[in-house]
Amino acid sequence: MIRVSGAVKAYGATRVVDGVDLELAPGGVTSIIGPNGAGKSTLLSCVARLLELDGGTVTVDGLDVHRTPGDVLARRLSVLRQDNHLTARLTVRDLVGFGRYPWSKGRPTPDDERHVVEALAFLELEAFADRYLDELSGGQRQRAFVAMVLCQGTDYVLLDEPLNNLDLRHAVAMMRLLRRAADELGRTVVVVLHDVNVAAAYSDVVVAMRDGVVVHQGPPSQLMRTDVLRDVYDLELTVHHLDGRPVAVPVL
Amino acid sequence: MTLAPARPVTPTAPAPTATPTRGGRRVAFGWAVACVVALSVVSLFVGVSALSPGDVLAALTGASGAAGRDDLVVLLVSRVPRTVAVLLAGTGMAVAGMLMQVLVRNRFVEPSTAGTVESAVLGILVVTLVAPGAPLMAKMGVAAAFALAGTALFLRVLRAVPLRSVLVVPLVGLMLGGVISAATTFVAYRTDLLQSLGAWTTGDFSGVLRGRYELLWVAFALTLVAYLAADRFTVAGMGRDVATTLGLSYRAVMNLGLVLVSLVSAVVVVTVGIVPFLGLVVPNVVSRLLGDDVRRTAPWVAVLGAGLVLVCDLVGRVVRYPYEVPVGVVVGVVGSVALLHLLLRRDARVA
Ligand SMILES: Nc1ncnc2c1ncn2[C@@H]1O[C@H](COP(=O)(O)OP(=O)(O)OP(=O)(O)O)[C@@H](O)[C@H]1O
Ligand SMILES: [Mg+2]
Repeated sequence: MIRVSGAVKAYGATRVVDGVDLELAPGGVTSIIGPNGAGKSTLLSCVARLLELDGGTVTVDGLDVHRTPGDVLARRLSVLRQDNHLTARLTVRDLVGFGRYPWSKGRPTPDDERHVVEALAFLELEAFADRYLDELSGGQRQRAFVAMVLCQGTDYVLLDEPLNNLDLRHAVAMMRLLRRAADELGRTVVVVLHDVNVAAAYSDVVVAMRDGVVVHQGPPSQLMRTDVLRDVYDLELTVHHLDGRPVAVPVL
Repeated sequence: MTLAPARPVTPTAPAPTATPTRGGRRVAFGWAVACVVALSVVSLFVGVSALSPGDVLAALTGASGAAGRDDLVVLLVSRVPRTVAVLLAGTGMAVAGMLMQVLVRNRFVEPSTAGTVESAVLGILVVTLVAPGAPLMAKMGVAAAFALAGTALFLRVLRAVPLRSVLVVPLVGLMLGGVISAATTFVAYRTDLLQSLGAWTTGDFSGVLRGRYELLWVAFALTLVAYLAADRFTVAGMGRDVATTLGLSYRAVMNLGLVLVSLVSAVVVVTVGIVPFLGLVVPNVVSRLLGDDVRRTAPWVAVLGAGLVLVCDLVGRVVRYPYEVPVGVVVGVVGSVALLHLLLRRDARVA
C-alpha cells in the first residue's frame, strides 16, 4: 500500500504539489495522467524519496519513505525517472546488473545473474547487451533503463513516462509487460502516461492530476467521459467504444 | 495510438560486441602487468652509479667483496625505493584521477585540474611556516586537510556555476588552482621559501631514498580501499537519483571518494611532488577501451598509471644522462599534449 497524505512540494512560492492525498492498493497497474506541468513527476519523485517533501508524508507498506534507511527501501521500491542521462560509459548488461545492487551489494549471486538475463530478455535487449549505452537509439536506451528498474525486483515499481521514445510495437510490449508484472508477479506498478487511451486500456486505476492536485481517481471507465477529460485537459474529447473499449478522440 | 497487436518483427542480428571478452581482457591484463614488471627491473639498473644485474648477482654470492656490498647498498637504499615509489605514486594518482572523474561526472577533472594538489602544496607551505620541525606524517595530515578543503571549495563553486558545460568544469578547476597557487607563491616569496616551493611542486623521484618514500604505501592502501568500494563509486557516478533508488547514501559515497582523492594527492605531493595530468590521461584511455565500470577499470588504471610514470621517469633519467629531467616535467609534457588532444577531439562535447 502506498499512502500519500497531505503531500506538499513547493519551489519558491509556487506549490507544484499542493496537498495530495492518495491511497494505492497493492497489486495492479495505476496510471497517473495530466497535462504538462501538472506535478506528476514531482509527486512520483517525492514518493520515491528523490525529492524531500515540504509537507505531508508518504508511506510504503507503512514505512515512511523519507525516514526509512535507503537500502531497506531499495528492496521494496524502484523508480524510473523521466530523463535519464548517464555520463558513465556502461554496457547495457552492466547497467541492468546494477539494478541488482540492493540485493547483491556488488557481489552478484547466480540468482542475481538470472534476474539480469530475464530482464534483458523481457525487454528484447539481448542483441544489445554488450553495447555501450551511448551506442544505442533513444528507445533502446529507454528499454535498458526500464530493464534495470525491473531487475531490481521490488514490489513497487514507479515509472515516469516509460513509453518515451518507444515505437508502437515496443510501447505495446511495454504495457503488456507492466500488466504481466502486476498480474503474474503481484507487483504494484505506478506509471505516468500521456496517452489516455493507453492508460484506459492497461490500468486498473487512473489518477488524473492538474495544477498540483488530484482531480480524479477511479477505474478507466469513470475517466473516459467527455466531462472528466475536459476537467483534466481543458480539451473537448469524444469517447467512442471500439470492440468494447473506450477510446477518446479529440474533436477536430 | 492503436493497441492492436503488432506483427512480430524478426529479431535483429546480434551486433558485434563492443567490449573484448572477459578472457581476452584477462590475458591482456597479464601482459600489461608483465610489461610493468619488466620496466621495473630495467628501472633498477638505470642510474648514475653503474649497476648491472651481474653486479647484483656477484654481490649476492659474495664474489665481489666490498664493492659488492656497495652495489647492494645502492640497490636497496636508492634503486628499489625509487622504483617502488614510482609504481605507488603512479597507481595512486591515476586511480585518484579516475575516482574524481566518476564522482564529479566529468572526464576532464583530476586532482591537478580541480585545485586539490594546489591546496595540498599550500598546506605544506603553511605547516612549514608554522611548525618547521613537524614530522612527515603531520605534514601529510595538514596537506590532506588543505586538499580536502580545496576540493570541497571546487565542488561548491561548481554548484554555483549555472549551465555547467563539460568544458566549464575543468576550466573552473584550473582557475581555482591558479588562484591558490598564486597565493602560495606570494607567501613563499615573502618568506623566502620559493626554492622549497619549486621542489614540492615539481614531481621528482631523484630524491627518493629508503626512509623517505614509505608514506606512499598509505596511498596504495587507500587505492585498495577505493577498489573495495568500486561498485559504490560506479553507482554514485550514475547520479544522486540512481544512487538513492539503489539504496546508496550518495553523500556518504561522495565524501568517502573525496577523502580518498585528497589523501592520496596529499601523500604523493608530500613525498614526490606534483605529477600532473596523470590522473587525466590514464583513466580516459582506459574508459575509451573498457567503459566506466570502476571494478573492471580500476586495475587497468592502476597498472597503466604505474607504467606511464615508470616510462616517464626512465625517459627523464636517460634523456640528458648523467643529469636528470624531473618526472613531473616529462609527465607534464606528455600529459598536456594528451589533454589538448582530448579537449580538441571532435566529440569532446559528449565525452
Ligand atoms: N527544480 C524546479 N524548480 C522550479 N520549478 C520546478 C522545478 N521542477 C519542476 N518545476 C515546476 O513544477 C511543475 C510540475 O513539474 P513536473 O515535472 O512535476 O510536471 P509533470 O506533470 O511531470 O509534467 P510533464 O508532463 O511535462 O512531465 C512545473 O510547472 C515545473 O515548471
Ligand atoms: Mg513529468
